[in-house]
Amino acid sequence: MNAESRERLPGLRLGLVSGACLVLLTLVGIVEAFSQREIVSGVLSMGEGLLFFTGLFIAYLAADRGLRHAGRGRALAAGLVCGLAAAALLALLVLLSKAVNLRQVLINASPAVFQMLVFQREELEVGLALLLAAGLLTGAAAAGLRLLPPVPRRAVTAGLVCVAGLGMLQDTVYPVLSSWGPVAGLADLVFEGLGLSPGGAVALFVLTAAGAAFWALQGAAVRGRIARLSPGGRRGLRIGAFALLALVLAILPQVLGLFLSEVLTIVGLYVLLGLGLNIVVGFAGLLDLGYVAFFAIGSYTVAILTSPELGFFSLSFWQALPFAVLFGVIAGVLLGIPVLKMRGDYLAIATLGFGEIIRILVLSDSLRPWLGGAQGIGKIPKAEIVGFEFGGPQEIYYLILAGCLLVGFISWRLRDSRLGRAWMAVREDEDVAQAMGINLVAAKLLAFATGAGFSALSGAIFATKIGSVYPHSFNVMISINILCVIIVGGIGSMPGVIVGAFALVGLPELLREFAEYRLLVYGAALVAMMLLRPEGLWPEATRRRELHEHEEQAGPTPDAPAAAAAGRP
Amino acid sequence: MARPTRSKLTPTDIVMWTIGAILIALILWGSIATLARGAYSLDHWVDFTIFGLAQGSIYALIAMGYTMVYGVLRMINFAHSEVFMSGPYTAYYVAAYFHRSGLLETQPVLSMAMVFLVSMATSTLIAYLLELIAYRPLRTAPRLVPLITAIGASFFLQYVFRGLYGSGFQAYPVIKALEGPLYLGPVRVLKFQLVVIFAAALLMLALYQFTQRTRLGRALRSVSEDKEAAALMGVDVDRMISMTFMIGGAAAGAAGVLYAIMFKQVHFFMGFIPGLKAFTAAVLGGIGNIPGAMLGGIFLGLVESIGPSLFLDGLGITAPYQLKDAIAFTMLVLVLIFRPTGILGERLAVKKA
Repeated sequence: MNAESRERLPGLRLGLVSGACLVLLTLVGIVEAFSQREIVSGVLSMGEGLLFFTGLFIAYLAADRGLRHAGRGRALAAGLVCGLAAAALLALLVLLSKAVNLRQVLINASPAVFQMLVFQREELEVGLALLLAAGLLTGAAAAGLRLLPPVPRRAVTAGLVCVAGLGMLQDTVYPVLSSWGPVAGLADLVFEGLGLSPGGAVALFVLTAAGAAFWALQGAAVRGRIARLSPGGRRGLRIGAFALLALVLAILPQVLGLFLSEVLTIVGLYVLLGLGLNIVVGFAGLLDLGYVAFFAIGSYTVAILTSPELGFFSLSFWQALPFAVLFGVIAGVLLGIPVLKMRGDYLAIATLGFGEIIRILVLSDSLRPWLGGAQGIGKIPKAEIVGFEFGGPQEIYYLILAGCLLVGFISWRLRDSRLGRAWMAVREDEDVAQAMGINLVAAKLLAFATGAGFSALSGAIFATKIGSVYPHSFNVMISINILCVIIVGGIGSMPGVIVGAFALVGLPELLREFAEYRLLVYGAALVAMMLLRPEGLWPEATRRRELHEHEEQAGPTPDAPAAAAAGRP
Repeated sequence: MARPTRSKLTPTDIVMWTIGAILIALILWGSIATLARGAYSLDHWVDFTIFGLAQGSIYALIAMGYTMVYGVLRMINFAHSEVFMSGPYTAYYVAAYFHRSGLLETQPVLSMAMVFLVSMATSTLIAYLLELIAYRPLRTAPRLVPLITAIGASFFLQYVFRGLYGSGFQAYPVIKALEGPLYLGPVRVLKFQLVVIFAAALLMLALYQFTQRTRLGRALRSVSEDKEAAALMGVDVDRMISMTFMIGGAAAGAAGVLYAIMFKQVHFFMGFIPGLKAFTAAVLGGIGNIPGAMLGGIFLGLVESIGPSLFLDGLGITAPYQLKDAIAFTMLVLVLIFRPTGILGERLAVKKA
């Protein structure tokens, strides 16, 4: 902060950071990969959108700092400088690419992407001038956004997010909408080509912004009215909401079609895994990087017990399921005992080691007769209930949904139980927890066992979903993915797990060009989350209070009265 | 930290010691069975040993970075494996250029020096940026936060380099002068393994002398002893922490080129396993302890290269060499369980590990 206020040219430092980010995005190839997809047809491709929104975000931060230190003029200047500096770095990159053949080393530095940066202009000077102007405009937009009063600012942000999101997901949203008779005409109006139609984009922006503005102005009143309802009325409302939610969940796969149901099942599996890891990491504070091992144990147990390929047993899925969970729990305890005395980072590395050992053992030839080696085990039968076979994704969905509901219910009940509170005490301070009479050994082992059981359950479902298991499905990346899901969602928060799974697992499945950059974004998201928003996207209430204690004391934020109104009985 | 004194044997202790006893028994039994069978000749064992020494000295060099950073910040720099990868991967393009232009044949020493320089510079830069961007703002955060950041940074860097340089394996050019065997009396050694061992030993010696003898080294050590006191004595703590990362990065960059000389290829994922093993080495030697990390690295390299043939083969396990990574990770877990302070870790044990 101090360095920022001493800075002579406001926003220059952040502008250079922003420019470095944009150059990096261009050189790793994300921009080009995404330029196939349109946000607004013929106006903004997703590659350009990515650069624009990154620049906008950082310029917004610059304007925010300027505003805090010196007022409105300074904020505007900071935004402009930041946008211009970022664009200038990109322009330098373009010039460099004309002078040297960057492609000899940097495989993604293709002429096409540089042509895109200069807006497809043949004359380099005009293109570069346009690029710099775009940078200035972005900076001005960011500063303008920052200087707006809170309500319109939130409305504009919501509008932008909605347009960008729907434009990005055109190829999944449009087919779904166009199959619904009455909505189809509307969908044809809004979407065009590979993105939104320009008119549709404007309409969508205005509608979302208006909705957001209405909610910002009237939301507190609505919430207040709900809070003032009689207990019976409130219960009725809650039951109604639950019934609606249940109905939506029940008909979802039929509405969404095969591909989206498949995506949903993958997200569901991660929700299941995330809820399990959330108990270990979120509730008990034990950072477990070998979590995939239990997933593997669940899968392999089902595979060995049911597959005719190995020929030891031929149980049905439902007969094998309890064994899978049981073995998972046992493995959790077995892993838990040796690491009981470790804390924090040592625990993380030790569990990472365990996960790798399990994978190497499964992969090795020495255990091939029992575990199938690198070829894995195939022909795992589908689960079946009185003639209903969980075959395709649209059926498996219900199996996974049931699993999620069960696991969600258990962890929701556990959270506020005696055990749950013991876990949180252990998370905050082991020594104090022990002094308070909490049995550390029991609390930690139960956390490991519960988490492992959930993980084994999802492993079992995974095995019957895929129909075969391979050691390569169980590498350390899975553990890292799950960790990302719960951290981005908010450590210890159960809705956070769902949000995180949709954002980090569902979105990449929909944006297939993204697959290659998935872990890059995960890594960046982890770092950014820890630096900017350690409580996650949907934090647990207590954790948010802890982390933002000083801000609330400093003065009520705009949300504070609304939150207070909602919290009052 | 005052842990309760362990006067009575708890059930978990019994379980753990039983596991330990079983493992030791298995190792002994396997070794005796192998030796009794006489499946390997003395030459084999010599080969295993030299390979183990070479690989171990690379681990030791990487372990410097882990151990120094842990000494200063008490955090595991999980992304150090990517610092290690970034150097040789970038220097690959320099080496390939020298190879194409024939300089690698005519001027092997000079061109290799350039390759080392580029590799070390890149790793140093990455380590510096990593500390500046990802770790410095979190210095007072709870302990898990920097670790999670480090994990994120690690994957971020991996995939940035994948995006920049591509996802394939790149074959490092072979230096003709370093190929072929060399006879030291009756012992046959591969030349490049010898070079790796000597270069690593030289670098470690230089590093050790640097931390022990120079003014800067003394400042570094003072920061790892006690940051507040060091600051009061006029040491610029932030600069020293930066410096620690950079020195560790330079060592990792050098180790990376040695790794490329040995295994002759680079890849964006090449850092993960050596990084984990080097961390194992650092823990083995007592994390925070520089000579310990050297010893730990060499010990780990030897066990990994001799172990599969020595005790796994004797147990009748097929294809024991596939399990060499499992040996390393088992050692990691065992050390963390039974002696988290490591072989030379007394100093840290007093200070609270």
